[in-house]
Amino acid sequence: MGKIKVVHYINQFFAGIGGEEKADHKPEVREEIVGPGMALNAQFKGEAEIVATVICGDSYFNENIEEAKAEILDMVKKYNPDLFIAGPAFNAGRYGVACATITDAVQNELGIPALTAMYEENPGVDMFRKSIYIVPTKNSAAGMRDAVKKMVPLALKLGKGEEIGSPQEENYFPRGIRKNYFAEKRGSERAVEMLIKKLKGEEFETEYPMPDFDRVKPNPAVKDITKATIAIVTSGGIVPKGNPDHIESSSASKYGKYDIDGFNDLTEDDHQTAHGGYDPVYANNDPDRVIPVDILREMEKEGKIGKLHRYFYTTVGNGTAVASAKKFAAEIAKELVADGVDAVILTST
Amino acid sequence: MVKEIERAGLPVVHMCTVVPISLTVGANRIVPTIAIPHPLGNPSLDPEAEKDLRRKLVERALKALETEVEDQTVFEE
Repeated sequence: MGKIKVVHYINQFFAGIGGEEKADHKPEVREEIVGPGMALNAQFKGEAEIVATVICGDSYFNENIEEAKAEILDMVKKYNPDLFIAGPAFNAGRYGVACATITDAVQNELGIPALTAMYEENPGVDMFRKSIYIVPTKNSAAGMRDAVKKMVPLALKLGKGEEIGSPQEENYFPRGIRKNYFAEKRGSERAVEMLIKKLKGEEFETEYPMPDFDRVKPNPAVKDITKATIAIVTSGGIVPKGNPDHIESSSASKYGKYDIDGFNDLTEDDHQTAHGGYDPVYANNDPDRVIPVDILREMEKEGKIGKLHRYFYTTVGNGTAVASAKKFAAEIAKELVADGVDAVILTST
Repeated sequence: MVKEIERAGLPVVHMCTVVPISLTVGANRIVPTIAIPHPLGNPSLDPEAEKDLRRKLVERALKALETEVEDQTVFEE
């Protein structure tokens, strides 16, 4: 068997094309090894070879999912590879969603073995972990070496069509598939051992993890919106000009609460975005593009809503830990309820 | 965030561009928006048309808040 032919997918950033200002870059294919492909190719140690690299901007992909998918599938098909690799995407949300979406499409629509890699909190994981192989990585590109080391053995096995072992053995996120196997010890013995470990407070691994369905039921609709107080919350990072509380541009450790009493319109003179995960030009020129204060204020005057809540709440949803976001929102919601707010408009970028 | 606000008992509408993420996160009322860096605007329009577009999106968000839903619902045009 010759070398395994690989097509690699990366975003505009890892291709060196540019940051957020280039995130609308349309898909292109290069018959060469680009960016992190170098490290992958070196780790293949001659067993596999990247024959082409597909590059696509993260915003382009996420804003045009169907078109981007079709364009990229056409590019991949042309090379008839034995294997497709996307990423690693670490904790970059849009990149992770793109990697997972395209990995799923290549595997299921073209029938080509595929894998990707990213951090466990990347939304791409929950969206596609059941259908594709996703290798866990650290949450930033500092974990590139470690990611490549874990991706390559699984990639080579997939490329050779070998049988893939359990998630623990092969380093991928569990896909919720159960396989029968012969255990050395009886079930009763294993259960008692597990119970003893649990009683001692030691680490133990369940054989049957319960699925985590954290869904919240929708609340009843607002009865009369013309009497309701509406509050704005955003993960788009809009803050007063100068970002007085220094909300971080990524991995935010806090949220802000800001008074918009007297503001009929947010402008570049008084507000801006603190978000480092999208091109800030449009939001800085007109912050109403992220939080619609101008329209809600007009509607308040026209009697279409009861009242626009005096404060808006904001944080930066860019690589921010899920646990932090949860904590921020729980605190925000508590205040909103106490302040008599009836409903919330939450905007995300 | 959207889930924690809902959990506290407040009806909430999520306005965002990447709807699949919103669905995965567990938002119940979702209004799709224009683009990631400008969800509620479009800089290629003249200011009046842009504001009109924003008004339509906000109207749809209010409509979503006034609508009883049983399950995750995307409020398309």
